[in-house]
Amino acid sequence: MSLAMRPEHADITPDMWPQIDEVIAVNRSIKGSVIAVLRQCQDVVGYLPVELMEYIASGMNLARSDVFGVASFYALFSFEPKGRHTLKVCTGTACYVKGIKEIITRICNEYDMEEGGTSPDMRFTLEPVRCLGACGLAPVMVIGADTHGDVSSDKVVDILQAYE
Amino acid sequence: MDRFTIEDLTAARTKAAAVLENPDIFHLMVCSGTGCHATGSLPVVEALRQEVAQRDLGDKVRVVETGCNGFCAAGPIMVVHPGDIFYQKLKVEDVPVIIEEHILKGKPVEKYFYKDPVSKKKIPSQDDIPFFAHQMPRALRNKGLIDPESIDDYIGRDGYRATAKALQEMSADEIIEEVKTSGLRGRGGAGFPAGMKWQFAKASPGETKFVLCNADEGDPGAFMDRSILEADPHAVLEGMIIAAKAINARQGYVYARTEYPLAIRRLGIAIEQAHERGLIGDDIMGTGFNFHVEIYQGAGAFVCGEETALMRSIEGRRGMPRPRPPFPAHKGLWEKPTILNNVETLANVPQIILNGGDWYASVGTETSKGTKVFALSGDVNNIGLLEVPMGTSLRKMIYDIGGGIPKKRKFKAVQLGGPSGGCVPEEYLDTPVDYEEIAKVGAIMGSGGAIVMDENTCMVDMARFFMDFIQDESCGKCTPCREGTRRQLELLKKICDGKGEPQDLNELESLSDVIKETALCGLGQTGPNPVLSTLRYFRHEYEAHIHEQRCPAKRCVALLKFEVNEELCTRCGMCARACPVDAVEWEKKQLARIDKEKCIECLTCYDKCKFNAID
Ligand SMILES: Cc1cc2nc3c(=O)[nH]c(=O)nc-3n(C[C@H](O)[C@H](O)[C@H](O)COP(=O)(O)O)c2cc1C
Ligand code: FES
Repeated sequence: MSLAMRPEHADITPDMWPQIDEVIAVNRSIKGSVIAVLRQCQDVVGYLPVELMEYIASGMNLARSDVFGVASFYALFSFEPKGRHTLKVCTGTACYVKGIKEIITRICNEYDMEEGGTSPDMRFTLEPVRCLGACGLAPVMVIGADTHGDVSSDKVVDILQAYE
Repeated sequence: MDRFTIEDLTAARTKAAAVLENPDIFHLMVCSGTGCHATGSLPVVEALRQEVAQRDLGDKVRVVETGCNGFCAAGPIMVVHPGDIFYQKLKVEDVPVIIEEHILKGKPVEKYFYKDPVSKKKIPSQDDIPFFAHQMPRALRNKGLIDPESIDDYIGRDGYRATAKALQEMSADEIIEEVKTSGLRGRGGAGFPAGMKWQFAKASPGETKFVLCNADEGDPGAFMDRSILEADPHAVLEGMIIAAKAINARQGYVYARTEYPLAIRRLGIAIEQAHERGLIGDDIMGTGFNFHVEIYQGAGAFVCGEETALMRSIEGRRGMPRPRPPFPAHKGLWEKPTILNNVETLANVPQIILNGGDWYASVGTETSKGTKVFALSGDVNNIGLLEVPMGTSLRKMIYDIGGGIPKKRKFKAVQLGGPSGGCVPEEYLDTPVDYEEIAKVGAIMGSGGAIVMDENTCMVDMARFFMDFIQDESCGKCTPCREGTRRQLELLKKICDGKGEPQDLNELESLSDVIKETALCGLGQTGPNPVLSTLRYFRHEYEAHIHEQRCPAKRCVALLKFEVNEELCTRCGMCARACPVDAVEWEKKQLARIDKEKCIECLTCYDKCKFNAID
């Protein structure tokens, strides 16, 4: 089912469109489901390009401003393309007390990037996140499905080597 | 699977309990919470299953993946019943030995026992380990004892009996009365009596009502709710069903943090299984009562833990709080009467219904009944999850259960209540866990995060850290919170950078008063607490930053020289070995020197030097 004209976008490949349409179709009539739709579409594409949000708005029959407003409010949503691996570094209290700041400095230095930014080679995106609920392992970093605990500023570079 | 009637439940319980309590087989309970997953429990489980299959021990051994055991510092953990034998820090290679010695020959393997750091003795039984010995599991009664993905295991431990009792034998008023008698207060932070909240919502007119569970767990340093959901999701669902009967709701939502994939998965499985058995959904156990539950995933906004914001977020809007009244008990989700309770609050409800409110209230203090779950972390030996009777002292939590402060360092403070809370210094460590007593010393009970800080923590930097959090998470709707916290953060940054002026402390205090009094929601109203509490107990640290341009804990980079102190340096070379960028020059028995060109100011050497010799 095609809901509206699919816009051209370099980061949205042909196989992604049916998945996006499916998400919209399933949620279309559910009240208040726009956050879930944005989350699932972001899972498909990796981030939320403006064109995609416009497409979602028309597919969900919502005002553009509603969709943009919601997307910009929540930290989960990103409007920029991300690196091949997203490094979620915990900036919660336990991790802070155990020295996450030093680890972030180290990563930024090593890969020439900023907090929240992406390395020039698109390898890593460094995303400071709120407590990951794994404080027992502080300081904590999550890469994809892997949780790395007890990270230190020297160990972190070894850990990252495994992620090309 | 056929739908259960109440008689079926009784039969199922007997059958499941026979499996759980079977003394003729070995039950290998491997912790499979987020913590142990990260330290490698999944490969251990895999290896155990393989070993059991290879040796054809299938009918002698049950390998169970449990929820968080609590003692995260010792992971991966396995507890073997019968015998309650506690194995810690297991690796795949250790599996054959344990199967060979313990399972086949009946000799538990001492090598993997917990070793008491004080007596240096190995302790075989979980219950004898100090970390567990002082605890009283109630909300966490099933942790480590069941497979959270198996409803049969839960039923075998009296699961859904409370639901059956509430739906069949009790009226809504009786349920509310029982919860009131128990003295159960909200575990999400504010401590509002649960029974009273339910009563308001029941009295509210309306056909459509909602029961919500707050699993947003936004306080950094808190992982109680995650662990409960990972270890015992059905207990929370039961709490919701019972609450629904009390206020006559048909629909419930669990609002869960998206950062908790494992908890969300297990809760989803629990809902599905309960549905299949007719324990959730239409006509629950043939009683005619209908109640449906859905999970709603948050999207990373701290303020959405606040009740009115949470409801807006479920409605698919920007999660901004609104002024109260009207209270959610009258106008909540979609403008309908709604109750919102925290995960831990709800997990306590089934036991209250089964054993009675008086039983629950038999433990605790005058105003705080029952038990409280804490997530102990930071600079403490036994990091993990614990549940203690109300009235237990903070000292007991940190020293007897937590095993004290590592690296022979001195305790400085314990932070309770996250960004809405405060720090408790050494002199008040005998304060009991009690809503009112903790408030008296300038902190709050909060949701249960307890972060221990040693002498190397800078309290001004901590205040800055929390203000940064509040400022970042402020939704921007009300001016005092939006502008006030920004100004406070500026002041704190200035002080950390050594540019503070004497009048800054007064300005911090007066701003705090204004924000607390005029902010719209709890985020702003409690946001200045970390500043006030550090000013109260650690004013001298602020003053050292301002008057002497000195950070006593040596954490504030702008105030550090990155020079080795000739007198204190023992020439040990620790700093040189630790430096990640080789910026420390050192040769045997020589004074170390930091090359400032190479130094990235990461503070690793400060942390590693045992002699405080870097200025
Ligand atoms: C900014 C803010 C964040 C909150 N975050 C949470 C949270 O993450 N979890 C929670 O249970 N309660 C949180 N609360 C408290 C809730 O508003 C509400 O009081 C609580 O969920 C009610 O449940 P209880 O009475 O069972 O504690 C928060 C409150 C505020 C003001
Ligand atoms: S503070 Fe980092 S996981 Fe909790």
